[in-house]
Amino acid sequence: MHIKIESGRKHTKGEKYKYKHENIGDINGEINSDLVGPDKKRINVRINDQDLTVPEGITILEAAHRAGVKIPTLCHLDLHDLQLYNKTASCRVCMVEVVDERNNRNKLVPSCVTKLQEGMAVRTDTRRAITARRMAVELLLSNHPNECFTCPKNLECELQSLAEELNVREIRWEGERMTYPKDISSDAIVKDSNKCIYCRRCETACNEVQTCGILSGIGRGFNSFVGPFANIPMVESSCTYCGQCVQVCPTAALTEVYHTDKVWEAINAPGKYVIVQTAPAIRVALGELFGMEPGTVVTGKMVTALRRMGFDAVFDTDFGADLTIMEEASELIYRLQNGKTLPILTNCCPAWVKFIEHQFPELIHVPSTCKSPHIMLGTIAKTYYAEKMGIDPDSIVMVSVMPCIAKKAEARRPELTKDERNNVDISITTRELGAMIHEAGIEFAKLPDGEFDSPLGESSGAAVMFGTAGGVIEAALRTASEWLTGEPLKEIEFEDLRGMDGVRRAVVKIGDKELKIGIASGLGNARHILEDIRDGRADYHAIEIMACPGGCIAGGGQPYHHGNDEVVKKRREAIFEEDRNKKIRKSNENKEILELYKTYLGEPFGEKAHELLHTHFEERERI
Amino acid sequence: MLIKSLEELNKVKQQALEKVKIRQHRDAVQTNKNILVCGGTGCLASDSDKVAKNLEVILKARGLSDRIQVIRTGCFGFCEQGPIVKIEPDNVFYVRVGPKDAKDIVDMHLIKGSQVERLLYEDPQKKEKVHNQEDMTFYRKQLRVALRNCGLINPEDITEYIALDGYQALGKALAQMSPTGVIDVIKRSGLRGRGGGGFPTGLKWEITGKQENSQKYIICNADEGDPGAFMDRSILEGDPHSVIEAMAIGAYAIGAHMGIVYIRAEYPLAIARLTNALQQARDTGLLGKGIFGTGFSFDVKLKYGAGAFVCGEETALINSCEGKRGEPNYKPPYPAEEGYWGFPTCVNNVETFANIPVIMNRGADWFASMGTGKSKGTKVFALAGKINNVGLVEVPMGITLREIIFDIGGGIPHGRKFKAVQTGGPSGGVITEENLDTPIDYDGLLKIGTMMGSGGMIVMDEDDNMVNIAKFYLEFTMDEACGRCGPGRIGTKRLYEMLCKITSGEATMADLDAIKQLAYMVKDSALCGLCQTAPNPVISTMKYFWHEYLNFVQKEDHPHQEGKYASKNKTGVKS
Repeated sequence: MHIKIESGRKHTKGEKYKYKHENIGDINGEINSDLVGPDKKRINVRINDQDLTVPEGITILEAAHRAGVKIPTLCHLDLHDLQLYNKTASCRVCMVEVVDERNNRNKLVPSCVTKLQEGMAVRTDTRRAITARRMAVELLLSNHPNECFTCPKNLECELQSLAEELNVREIRWEGERMTYPKDISSDAIVKDSNKCIYCRRCETACNEVQTCGILSGIGRGFNSFVGPFANIPMVESSCTYCGQCVQVCPTAALTEVYHTDKVWEAINAPGKYVIVQTAPAIRVALGELFGMEPGTVVTGKMVTALRRMGFDAVFDTDFGADLTIMEEASELIYRLQNGKTLPILTNCCPAWVKFIEHQFPELIHVPSTCKSPHIMLGTIAKTYYAEKMGIDPDSIVMVSVMPCIAKKAEARRPELTKDERNNVDISITTRELGAMIHEAGIEFAKLPDGEFDSPLGESSGAAVMFGTAGGVIEAALRTASEWLTGEPLKEIEFEDLRGMDGVRRAVVKIGDKELKIGIASGLGNARHILEDIRDGRADYHAIEIMACPGGCIAGGGQPYHHGNDEVVKKRREAIFEEDRNKKIRKSNENKEILELYKTYLGEPFGEKAHELLHTHFEERERI
Repeated sequence: MLIKSLEELNKVKQQALEKVKIRQHRDAVQTNKNILVCGGTGCLASDSDKVAKNLEVILKARGLSDRIQVIRTGCFGFCEQGPIVKIEPDNVFYVRVGPKDAKDIVDMHLIKGSQVERLLYEDPQKKEKVHNQEDMTFYRKQLRVALRNCGLINPEDITEYIALDGYQALGKALAQMSPTGVIDVIKRSGLRGRGGGGFPTGLKWEITGKQENSQKYIICNADEGDPGAFMDRSILEGDPHSVIEAMAIGAYAIGAHMGIVYIRAEYPLAIARLTNALQQARDTGLLGKGIFGTGFSFDVKLKYGAGAFVCGEETALINSCEGKRGEPNYKPPYPAEEGYWGFPTCVNNVETFANIPVIMNRGADWFASMGTGKSKGTKVFALAGKINNVGLVEVPMGITLREIIFDIGGGIPHGRKFKAVQTGGPSGGVITEENLDTPIDYDGLLKIGTMMGSGGMIVMDEDDNMVNIAKFYLEFTMDEACGRCGPGRIGTKRLYEMLCKITSGEATMADLDAIKQLAYMVKDSALCGLCQTAPNPVISTMKYFWHEYLNFVQKEDHPHQEGKYASKNKTGVKS
């Protein structure tokens, strides 16, 4: 039953108790069932001037939101689909007044964690509540650097927008501010503790979602901030650089290492042949940075923009993905047919690779040895492509645009920068690319569509699927299935492998063989699967793991979702759309790939392929 | 020695009673004597252990070791006058006894029978030596319930505790009462939490008891941290078994089998005595499996606090127990519902526990007969500051502050004038002359803008500046705030900075207004009790001593300028 909620009315004298009765419980079938409880008991409450019936257990914030009453929040984060809930109630920006007429003692409570009770009356609009909320932000600002103009989060900062929203006009409390040095030790994440407002979202993401246990509260009182244990430099920690902390940080306390100037420098350097490649998840998110709806596919405009920026060649990382599938599917079949270690774990995700190195060094032999797609493409560009085009490999600068922060660190791994020749020279995020397009004065929305360059531009729908959780394994199965059965695949889409849940198990029938597949996105979910493997409880044949919940579409380098997981869902749908619209949908049908093997690499998983496309991992300490 | 029934306990009690009855004045013509030497942290720091050793050596040399024993007890409370030595059954109370005085005590008092005048306490009002402890004003108005055994028994000997009805309450509870019966007694007694909040103890037990969970915990909060407060330390040092027994009773009542004492690591003596007591209790079967031959099992482990005041807050304490960062959680859920590792947990303070066995032994009605309407029993206070008799006192609820400060505390030294007294530690507020006749109880103190707190009581005289007092407390809470919430982390800091601005004479009227606003905002918005109450000293001193704030503000305000600009213009700044 749908009942329309009227907007709140200010009451006039004598009318105080005559309000239209609303039933929010019924109009919101989608209310989180965890919050409602199994018995779905309803309670009667009042928020401002509306009498409401709400499910028991609902918070003031959620009920107010559904009744059309806005309460500002800062530390609060409820990303249901990504299983990230930050309920520290620490910022005190969502304070509302609970009316207690009997004792004549109204109380301010944080609406994000306070649950409504039968008969409770809440006012969000009293002077006391409004002042308390504004002062909470004033206090945060009194200990926050006044450098919005030059801040990497300028106009993306949640603290900044709150200051505007809550009408902060002056900061009355002048005093000491935090003066910690910036941590620029790592290749991926910059930690500027002076901008930390101690909302602990990053800590929740790091510890509860990703179970990495790197970030936690340090110091006490005024000096507290979030950092690795004993505030050791990030590079010395076991951080995987998954970037989920960066994705949820409301300010610029955690950001990516910026490489835009390095890219401009390369483009403008004489004698350099600068190649750019873009990951599958970029094309479904980049548009958001130019005011487009989340989920808008902008592949063509992106290619045009890159070309206008001055790149000598614009390639698709999807080509690398197809190549990865050729190798990984071969490796899977090799392991299946030769009784080698099973399951095979996909390893396109560098954060995930670092996770297993630090957290499960005893399982280091389990992952596939394939390089990740952008690294493969980098290698092929500096060998096959250079040879074919007659370009000096040393003059090639390979730039990869990734939805990811960990790729920055991956590109710097010693084994991938052998003999001074990097597989990938510079890796930038979707956000950095957006900033560069802005900087170049390109009106993105008006750009005509362009096409990737050949020969490393063609790709299959399978490769696009790399952008979302479950996609890599689906792509691998499309190819492996054909190779195993020797017949063309009829059902291209493996629906069982798709979904937003963190861990999925599926049995896929290929010929007469049943393959047990596991899919985990989010390192916390990966940990469960790894523990099962370690303790001998798992009988999987192949497992795909992505460090970021939801996969690369929700990567640490993507446009900020600002706590709205609908954005991620739309990107995901766009990925499937891209796959469907591709002419070829299996990696083993990519003609440029077949040509590459025929003329240069030889057999998939063969000797040359091993030399160029495979790598090794290292056991690392856990700190 | 294993005690498996009440009969066996009573057997031990009868034997042990021989040792302690001298101290209870049951036989005044006894030729046997006990010398009680205070073994509390305060007296130990001024060589009381050497005093005891010297006494023992001299007694041995004089051949008196057989009939005169030296007993190292817990704290007598009169710390100002330590080290304390008391002769029983004579009830003679010697103060400030040095190691060299041991000889005179033995030779003059114990051999010749004449008291050592120079070591006797001198009444500050009458200027006369006091020959019998009964005549000491410091003790006359006190009523020692929680501290009943402190300064009376040897805390390192479980049999002395048993001699004075120790473990009787546990034995009876297990043998004769149901868990709800126990809770009922505590509820009827009207006992409220002594850690500061004043939540009814029986109700807390009941709520925890009702939780349907096979695993529950009982925790003793011994993370005493108020400046100047040492009630809990004294109890743990002087009577550790009372807390262990009470925890076992509580555990039985709520259905727990594991207890934790969260004790601050800065209390090494309390830790040592408690560890020893726990071992003794285990060795006699009073802790462990099948206590008193019943199916009830219970044991206690210690967890050391690392010196964070906020860990006295129960959710922070539980986080710390779990090895997490010591910072509070939002309540609800309360620990009674979801506590230690998510299991129902009951957290009680040391002093609360110390009251439990005696309530069980003497009945709820007896306990409820002491005190006022909603505050029953007694309360221990740590008297400090500008007061003659610094020390630990236990008084019945309902006594007035005037009686504590002037009768028990002996008034203000050097003939100065009383100005204010702070109760509730950094969370409380000041009480001035006009409210000195307020009967002390939880609600009465709240009404006059302060709180009971854990029992710190700091007296200020006319020389003290109240803005500085507020600053002192705020500096404490600012340093001790965990940092989790914005108002606690930054708000207390800004309040402190504003107070510094005031005392340095740079503040304007606009600043006074701003500080007031901020104080109320922090009180309204902070996450836990620590920072919600942190502005209380400011609010309370502003209420009662507004003129002292005004004195700091520059006389010639610039009405055409806003406060913040005026404050930067430092001309004419001075009070």
